[in-house]
Amino acid sequence: MARTKGYIRPLDFAGGRIEMTHGSGGKATAQLIDELFIAAFDNEWLRKGNDQAQLALPPGRVVMATDSHVVSPLFFPGGDIGALAVNGTVNDVAMAGARPLYLSAGFILEEGFPLADLRRIVESMARAAAAAGVAVVAGDTKVVERGKGDGLFINTTGIGVLRDGIEISAERARPTDAIIVSGALGEHGAAVLSARGPLGFESTIESDTCALHGLVAAMVDAVPDIHCLRDPTRGGLATALNELAWASGVGMNLMEASIPIPPEVSAACELFGFDPLYLANEGKLLAICPKAQAPVLLDAMRAHPLGGQSAIIGEVVADPLCFVQMTTRLGGQRHVDWRRGDQLPRIC
Amino acid sequence: MKHIDEFRDRRLAGGLVDAIWRKADTHRRYRLMEFCGGHTHALARFGIDALLPDNVRMIHGPGCPVCVLPVGRLDSAIQLAGREDVILCTYGDTMRVPASRGMSLASAKAQGADVRLLYSSADAIRIAREHPAREVVLFAIGFETTTPSSAVAVRQAHALGLGNFSVLCNHVVTPAAMLNILEAPARRETGPAPIDGFLGPSHVSTVIGSRPFEFFAREYQCPVVIAGFEPLDLLQAILMLIGQLNEGRAEVENQYRRAVVREGNRRAQALVAEVFELRRLFEWRGLGEVPYSALKLKERFRAFDAETRFALEYRAVPDPRACECGAVLRGIKTPEQCKVFGTACTPESPIGSCMVSAEGACAAHYAYGRRRLASEGGT
Repeated sequence: MARTKGYIRPLDFAGGRIEMTHGSGGKATAQLIDELFIAAFDNEWLRKGNDQAQLALPPGRVVMATDSHVVSPLFFPGGDIGALAVNGTVNDVAMAGARPLYLSAGFILEEGFPLADLRRIVESMARAAAAAGVAVVAGDTKVVERGKGDGLFINTTGIGVLRDGIEISAERARPTDAIIVSGALGEHGAAVLSARGPLGFESTIESDTCALHGLVAAMVDAVPDIHCLRDPTRGGLATALNELAWASGVGMNLMEASIPIPPEVSAACELFGFDPLYLANEGKLLAICPKAQAPVLLDAMRAHPLGGQSAIIGEVVADPLCFVQMTTRLGGQRHVDWRRGDQLPRIC
Repeated sequence: MKHIDEFRDRRLAGGLVDAIWRKADTHRRYRLMEFCGGHTHALARFGIDALLPDNVRMIHGPGCPVCVLPVGRLDSAIQLAGREDVILCTYGDTMRVPASRGMSLASAKAQGADVRLLYSSADAIRIAREHPAREVVLFAIGFETTTPSSAVAVRQAHALGLGNFSVLCNHVVTPAAMLNILEAPARRETGPAPIDGFLGPSHVSTVIGSRPFEFFAREYQCPVVIAGFEPLDLLQAILMLIGQLNEGRAEVENQYRRAVVREGNRRAQALVAEVFELRRLFEWRGLGEVPYSALKLKERFRAFDAETRFALEYRAVPDPRACECGAVLRGIKTPEQCKVFGTACTPESPIGSCMVSAEGACAAHYAYGRRRLASEGGT
């Protein structure tokens, strides 16, 4: 890395803050890019200093996904917005059954944002990208005036490649298919809640944020004919299942007793009147596959470090109304409907 | 989870369900109203309706504080929130309730109003102390469960001499609404109440005790069983109600003994009595004006009454004519017997009070009962 641009002094990562000049495209912007972004994400594409990256892709269909991250608070137990911004987009690409390769990262920074926090977040992104084996090859930084942003927003776009013979898509769920989740649900949502302002509570729950493409690769190797994959992020399992049911024109029957929910998450939900089925996950996926292949898929998932607690939680059924239903632990029936708006605490 | 899982035990629940099936006389109907929205929520969440025999039917009552809050009161809150100097503090589920002109507290917030979501009335006091130059208004709603915490806030504001804190009080009382359901003029026209027994509220009863319900058992020969919120509580209470009806008894029984005593929480009652007094009339969405059914601040605390401080003029907004929430809340009609249920009136665009919150009678039917309706309809 050439350090010959003659900045007057290095960026003050101890007490410095983002100023409007960091986004104006002048020397301050260049210094921020050099000393923070390139230093953290260092790779051949960024080093060239172009406004774009030229990429040679292996054979197969190109898969692309984008995601903007606006989480509050920026740091939460088990992760931060940086890790989330990388893993979220990597996972969106992976849910096609693809191998994610490259990411772009766009930062919208609020004037006054501490450089120390920014570095912590960027380094967390770099670690997450390295762990996922993807390169951040293009980026952008803008600064908005104080009060016009919530500290920091990050948009990431990901590109990956999908080998032939994989047809994973939301509209492919068929009656009798098995519904499988890759592990315990609700941890990310509960972790963010525990760290959030007046709602804060002490707990040991950590976000499950992680990149899932390794797990996905093992899954498509074992069962190439997976029908649907989705990471149940915002809106949780319930929303993801309703989306799939709607897209495929089918219904779903779940067994509450087989849905893995950690006791800490259940307890937090009891306390605040939330339903864990609607809490966000950032390191879990749900898969729908032909019933006959479910045992093979389940074995492959359980053999992977990120799928140890995988479980079959229900089945796809014919239903023109596209309802997601659940047999409760007590043996009763409940409709797991779309949520209307955010989950809000109940009054009494 | 300790102290929760025990009350959700599948084997015990199965035993209670079997007992209900054995005890319920197939030659008679059991129309049981759960007054409280928390019960409605729990029945739906655990899928309990589906476990009951056809002749044991749960009627969802008006005990959802968000649902019964009249549009006019919400309009007042939105009007206050629109003032530049006001920070309006509210509990979560009032945010989305539709008010006049397509507004809600959420849309007021989007338009720039300073609306803050609270978990505790103490947060409103904290906010008032942090913003001495702003007017902090606590939009207080709820039944007897939440009233004591509002009373604490008012007392605290009084002790601190907080000049910038006030309460827009919408606290309502349970027994008056129960009486209205059994005795309202509308009821006289429709004949005797189609309610054979009440599941008494859980948390409300921890505050007011089981004694206020004795009046209903005695005067209306209507059995009441105070029930907890867990599935085993609900099933056991339903079984107890069936038992009373079979034996021709009409008493107040307390299934929720681990939390409710006959006299209730006297300290909380004293606190409420110190700060609040009954209003002569209060409008309930769905039920209309109900005498002595809500609270206002006593003269001594009038300085903290947002209605006087901001000289709010109450403008009642009548329920839409197509809406039959009143009949639903009284158990005269089932939600599906309302013409607009599930068509013009849905949880996305509620017309009536019962569709407003997930705990409303119609919303609960819509979310959890659609499957059953659909299968009965032959789809």
